[in-house]
Amino acid sequence: MRFATRLVPARIGELGAANAYVEACAVAAGLDARTRFGLQLALEEAFVNVCHYGYPDGPGDVAVTCETDGPRFVLEVADWGPPFDVLALPAPDLTLGVAERPIGGLGVHLIRTLARDVEYRRDEGRNVLRMMF
Amino acid sequence: MEFASRQEGAGTVAEIAGRLDSVTSPACEQRIRELIDGGVTSLVLDLARLQYVSSAGLRVLLLTAKLLKARDGQLRIAGVQPEVRSVFDMSGFSAMFQVEESVAAALASLT
Repeated sequence: MRFATRLVPARIGELGAANAYVEACAVAAGLDARTRFGLQLALEEAFVNVCHYGYPDGPGDVAVTCETDGPRFVLEVADWGPPFDVLALPAPDLTLGVAERPIGGLGVHLIRTLARDVEYRRDEGRNVLRMMF
Repeated sequence: MEFASRQEGAGTVAEIAGRLDSVTSPACEQRIRELIDGGVTSLVLDLARLQYVSSAGLRVLLLTAKLLKARDGQLRIAGVQPEVRSVFDMSGFSAMFQVEESVAAALASLT
């Protein structure tokens, strides 16, 4: 069951709007609080990536889609920016100490950890990140 | 996000409450920088009322640790709740930071 797609401007300040939409879908789908926490976190990481890197040449939108696939809840975050597969980014070294740890690079790692499965595809001029919970 | 700090015993206790996300992290970073720029070197972050943290919040915590380390300071994290703890575990922060059960234990561990 596909809920709907919500278009949100790709700005950090709009995170709350994207969040409210996904939270409403997650509650409607009957997800428990723990899964909703992970969903919220994965949404933020995917949404913020688009805000920071998705549209180097100006403003743009993020399309947030929720659907259920049998027992699974699926969250898609899409943008119309240049082709970019966030899943191709290297995994961070989680064993480094404070001094050696680079700042950043944890967002995609959190998505991979939180979602049961995550896929990237380029689809009709869009980058689509599909996260299954 | 709410931020409040106080001097207690040998250290400064800063309570971060609510949500530490991409929207609120810049304000938190600014408050912490003010403390460190003001000479604080022994800092306890009280996270007992922190409900949510994302990579943007983790970034601020790592930055805080780096700033204090560069000044030979010390950082303790206290009162971490289960959901936030799970994010710490996923990102290796539970092992990287000195995490204490309570503010009292964190203060007692300062050297």
